[in-house]
Amino acid sequence: MVKVNGTELDIAGKTVSEYLTTTDYDPKRIAVERNGDIVFKSQYDVTVLKDGDSVEIVSFVGGG
Amino acid sequence: MIPSEKEWMDALISRHGMKLQEQFSSATVAVCGLGGLGSNIAVALARAGIGRLLLIDFDRVDLTNLHRQQYKANQIGQFKADALAENLSETAPYANIRAVTAKITEENLAELLKDADIVCEAFDNAEAKAMLANGVLGQLPKCCLIAASGMAGLGSPNTIRTRRITKRFYLCGDEVSDAADTIGLVAPRVMLCAAHQAHTVLRILAGEYEV
Repeated sequence: MVKVNGTELDIAGKTVSEYLTTTDYDPKRIAVERNGDIVFKSQYDVTVLKDGDSVEIVSFVGGG
Repeated sequence: MIPSEKEWMDALISRHGMKLQEQFSSATVAVCGLGGLGSNIAVALARAGIGRLLLIDFDRVDLTNLHRQQYKANQIGQFKADALAENLSETAPYANIRAVTAKITEENLAELLKDADIVCEAFDNAEAKAMLANGVLGQLPKCCLIAASGMAGLGSPNTIRTRRITKRFYLCGDEVSDAADTIGLVAPRVMLCAAHQAHTVLRILAGEYEV
């Protein structure tokens, strides 16, 4: 299981990109952290989520 | 009559204590975007006696900014970085301020922000916010980032909060109120979010890392 924003999901083995395509996130508006470190956008296609990983996806909205 | 620099520092020390003021005075903080968030963050940090402030924005002051941003009517048309530096020099005359008129990109951010201990993300555009967050966390491994998302509209002030996402990434705002979906940005709610960001800067400098 992979914890994404606090929720356990059965997505171990998927890449970050594969997981994101199953969501409504706009890739241009997000930052993805895995186990405390940023995942570079260029690595979304090759970063495989592992059992026990903790992922935080921050999705920005406009205004400032 | 403007007080001397020594009188100014003594006043800050009498408020904050010597140790804390030294922590504030030795820090370099960058404010990226000088709109409703950034101009208010900068005012708070300059008043608190932050050592060096780096103010960055590519834009000029517009009439439609004045309802929430720390500019004056006679500054319409000036570059925001210069106008804000001018205003801060009146409220905090000994603040060490560097005003930079530039558009921050993935390519130039590491160079522009290389001296910063803490970066405050204060952009308006969601994609620019994400670009800066990815860039600072990816390219500047020692830097803390305090970003903002969700402060538009007339929603409850109590939903503006600060979360520590990772060791050096803090996020302020309600995370949902998009300027495009609401009546837009109103001064107090934007100032609340800016206050969260500025206060988080002071807490980090004081060694208080949890929220």
